[in-house]
Amino acid sequence: MAAASEAIAMSSGMPQRRKRNLIPWMFVAPCMLVILLVTIFPTIYSLGLSLTKWEIGLQERPFIGLGNYIELFSTPRFLHSLLITLLVVVVGVSVEFGLGFSLAQLLSGEMKGKRVIVAALLLPVMVMPVVVGYTWRLLWDAQYGPINQIIGWIIGQPFTYTWLAKTETALFAILVTEIWQWTPFMFLVFLSGLAVMDPEVFEAADIDGASGWAKLWYMTLPLMRPIIIVALLIRGLDALKFFDIIFTLTGGGPGNSTETLSFYIYQTGYQFFRLGYGAAASFVLLVFLALFLTYLLKAFRATVEG
Amino acid sequence: MGLHTRKWLSQAIRYPIALIALAFFLFPIVWIVLTAFKTPNEFLRNPPVWIPQTPSLVYFEHVIKTGGLKALSNTLIISTSTTLLALLIGSLAAYALARYRVGGDNLPFFILSQRFMPPVAVIFPFLLFFKALRWMDTHQALILIYLTFNLPYAVWMMRGFFMEIPREIEESALVDGCSPLGAFWRIALPLVSPGLVATGVFCFIFSWAEFFFAVAITKSQAVTLSVYIVNFFGKMMVQWGEIGATSIVSMFPLFIISFLMQRYLVRGLTLGAVK
Repeated sequence: MAAASEAIAMSSGMPQRRKRNLIPWMFVAPCMLVILLVTIFPTIYSLGLSLTKWEIGLQERPFIGLGNYIELFSTPRFLHSLLITLLVVVVGVSVEFGLGFSLAQLLSGEMKGKRVIVAALLLPVMVMPVVVGYTWRLLWDAQYGPINQIIGWIIGQPFTYTWLAKTETALFAILVTEIWQWTPFMFLVFLSGLAVMDPEVFEAADIDGASGWAKLWYMTLPLMRPIIIVALLIRGLDALKFFDIIFTLTGGGPGNSTETLSFYIYQTGYQFFRLGYGAAASFVLLVFLALFLTYLLKAFRATVEG
Repeated sequence: MGLHTRKWLSQAIRYPIALIALAFFLFPIVWIVLTAFKTPNEFLRNPPVWIPQTPSLVYFEHVIKTGGLKALSNTLIISTSTTLLALLIGSLAAYALARYRVGGDNLPFFILSQRFMPPVAVIFPFLLFFKALRWMDTHQALILIYLTFNLPYAVWMMRGFFMEIPREIEESALVDGCSPLGAFWRIALPLVSPGLVATGVFCFIFSWAEFFFAVAITKSQAVTLSVYIVNFFGKMMVQWGEIGATSIVSMFPLFIISFLMQRYLVRGLTLGAVK
């Protein structure tokens, strides 16, 4: 295309050429304008907010420099929400990866009814996270939930446990819920990764008598590396913003012990109307996100551009 | 253990494993679906009753009567509008990125990176602007704010689709005097129409399920299904039947869409990294 437009431009002289070169930029312009309006400008504005004391009831919005940031890092509730967020990202995504990869490995290759099985396994991804949260809230319910009931059947006596009323088990419930929703994503990604791998390589290994583990460790994993990295980063970036399931599953409770960063920031803005402070917290999240994103973009360049 | 037995064994364990996986991943969905047909006496019983004994549509009727239809139509209007806008603006930009390599290698990745902007980082400025514009609780507010994730997504995905189609047809059209815009609209865009549909479907799904912006911006007039359902979770009483009914309404369109789009599911969910 560039060659064609250049050829046309050359034959009709310089002004024409300049006009031709301008047109692609005009194609991109509306998009850049919208991104500027809905993302870049609000982000910069938010950075400004984070340096002011913006609170409801205040007549003035004084500039306080890094005051909000200093307050953040001396607030246990904020630090705790940061910890919970990282817990979901690290533990949740790792387990999703492990389960999804194993499941893909076990179910790859030809299998009767596979299309239907795969389609059914993917349904959790398509459920609104808000609905996922409520559903699991009902499942974990101490009295009306089937989880206690099933445990009761297994141990042979009625079992009552208030999963969501204790911090440790509430966190466990959150992780199970997150893992339930997103393991199918990992499964799907790795299943399609395995499907495009050259079977001849594996047949050769079979003839050489390589064990299943050796094949997994020396062939499958290295060959799938780019896909694994992209899948982990996409999930990790999403999990950093974890909000919906917390909102409906635990509401941040018991107390504030299962609040994630996004949930805490939402509270500072919508319950306490401390926009400056909340904006500062959102910038801390943005820094973590930027770290992940740098790696993701590198991985994308490796896989997409070949 | 010989090679043959090992192969046979690995085949034989697949169905039990598939069955266990299916049970785990489908049970919660089945449970919330069944809840929509239970009486309060059934879902508020210890131990819980699994199969509704007198199934009825009473919760669906209640959902319809209490604004469920409005929430559904809001969700449809907002999701469709933001999707169409993202596709229109996005594919034009994507075309320039793919064909003219505008901005080289960096601009596409910059646009992709915008897809990951955390909603909390932009919500407070939007809150202030929308208050000033009197746009709180309106469709247009959500349509605009959903472009924060849908537009970068559409650009990135469509760029991938444009790069896959041969450029010869467009080139000959350009030589024949077709304008660049004409080449885009009449030749390239029809060629990528499957990609356009796939990208649109994912924008639609993301908007449909979105919760953070919706709960932050809407109150009563523009509530989407994800916010509407929260109303049934009262401090004093939880209306599980209504939650179940709304869940069904929110889930099944996406189930059907995802089933139809299976071919593009991996690509759509991994932002084009896995095809």
